[in-house]
Amino acid sequence: MKERLIELQGISKSFKVAKRSAGLRQAVNALFVREHTIVEALHNISFSISEGEIVGYIGPNGAGKSTTIKVMSGILVPDDGSCTIMGFTPWKDRTAYVKNIGVVFGQRSQLWWDVPVIDSFELLRDIYKIPVARYKTNLDLLTDILDLHSLLYTPVRQLSLGQRMRCEIAGSLLHGPKILFLDEPTIGLDAVSKIAVRQFIKTINKEQGVTVILTTHDMQDIEALTDRILMIGKGTLLYDGTISELRRRFGTHRIITVDYREHAGPVDIPGTSRLSWSPERAVYSVNTEHVLIAKVISRLSEQVELIDVTIETKPVEELIVQLYKEHQI
Amino acid sequence: MSLYFKYMSILLKSQLQYRASFWLLTFGQFFIPFSVFAGLYFMFERFGHLRGWSFFQVALCFAIIGMAYSLSECFSRGFDAFSTLVAGGDFDRLLVRPRSTALQVLGSRFEFSRVGRLIQSGIVLVWALDNLPITWSFAKVITLILMIGCGVFIFTGIFILTATLCFWTIQGLELANILTDGGREMAQYPLNIYQKWVTVFFTFIIPFGCVSYLPLLYILDKVHGNKILYMLMPLAGVLFLLPSLLVWQIGVRHYRSTGS
Repeated sequence: MKERLIELQGISKSFKVAKRSAGLRQAVNALFVREHTIVEALHNISFSISEGEIVGYIGPNGAGKSTTIKVMSGILVPDDGSCTIMGFTPWKDRTAYVKNIGVVFGQRSQLWWDVPVIDSFELLRDIYKIPVARYKTNLDLLTDILDLHSLLYTPVRQLSLGQRMRCEIAGSLLHGPKILFLDEPTIGLDAVSKIAVRQFIKTINKEQGVTVILTTHDMQDIEALTDRILMIGKGTLLYDGTISELRRRFGTHRIITVDYREHAGPVDIPGTSRLSWSPERAVYSVNTEHVLIAKVISRLSEQVELIDVTIETKPVEELIVQLYKEHQI
Repeated sequence: MSLYFKYMSILLKSQLQYRASFWLLTFGQFFIPFSVFAGLYFMFERFGHLRGWSFFQVALCFAIIGMAYSLSECFSRGFDAFSTLVAGGDFDRLLVRPRSTALQVLGSRFEFSRVGRLIQSGIVLVWALDNLPITWSFAKVITLILMIGCGVFIFTGIFILTATLCFWTIQGLELANILTDGGREMAQYPLNIYQKWVTVFFTFIIPFGCVSYLPLLYILDKVHGNKILYMLMPLAGVLFLLPSLLVWQIGVRHYRSTGS
């Protein structure tokens, strides 16, 4: 059993939000009397993460993902609960603690916009007081695996989003953190950059043993990177487990698409529901708990002249949607 | 401290990327205070004296405050422009770095174009000194430097206090301009021309008087009694900065518990 690196116990956090209503009159009133509503952003969140894990943290917008990341990175102080990361309480020993973590906010840059990337990196070296030798080895390593050679001397504002994200991630790893928090690292990236970023996250996790916690809306990120997901909705932790477990729970449906020689009318197979029909192609949804795939195919082949059959499992996205539905978010 | 200079050099590089803009801003900053100074000049042209203060004596006061103000706008701009840092959420970024927040905020912005204003005030300073019959001594030179340096501390302190307000509300910052812009305008004149309460406020609450009016009396040989006291008055500016930093710490703690 690996050492537990991160341990959250009953973390709760609520925000006071000023009520605003439409209309000029209300706006003027609000100048004098403010009504507040308490929004519970996190409610009794507990989980633990071991060294070397990659954990996907998912949930709909406004579910509390970023708030959790902020608590774990020492930016916010929770109202209640305890959080121990590498023996630190993040919000108590901020400066000592943050030396050990790297944080990437996908939507915000940590690099200085108008100067070459290398200048930003050197400033980060001074901010984190990284010894020169270690800085050099880290930089060389990161430059190699992220392929930054041609980017280092370009001003940040001239980089594409994908290039910039690679530099952002490199920047947050220069000081050799043990934990990397990634808040939507692939947001807005094209397919090629996404794959490059994923590949890199895997590499540093494997080779440097960096523990990675990432939030994302892109289920392909999750599928490519991690086996464990934490799902949060309306401030509560809804699911903590593997994707395969999730599949077992919800993934009993298969989609079968069949192509056949022209056939006059729709064919119904008991135990399935027909999603679409045309004289040459039909799509069925099969619940494998009720009927076996083999049975469905043999039934079909009795009635039509099959040309091609594809069987798909539901994508993780749909599993997630189902989870959301189950919890009525 | 060395990190502060590193921040400065990277931001200088950034600002120099836009050369035309940099020169225009500097040029503008050079001329803006001229209109104010011209007003001062014509007023004295008309009235001759102001409660026993001659034009060049007031010009000296004007120049010292002007230099202190432009220096602090240049080097403490981070606090002055802090609301954008909070509104944009970039303050979170500073919190995940292992350095003090005050240093990082200071390092987040520099406004080098204020050099224009600094030069303008410098010219007025030289012109005023040239026309005043001051018998110079080493102590007086030190006092003059202290006046400017500690003036920077006071303005910075006010910027910090204003910035701290951002943790509670992003609105209402205009109120704080009463202290910065208002304070600057007030302190450009010798404080004894105002009502008593104004003088008291700018001496004991926000010690502008301690960096302009009181030590100026010493430089101009208007002091009777303990000269050392007048000479060291500007150090009150340092005393003003310390509680400001303390209030800042409280603000940061508040931010971290509300996340607003």
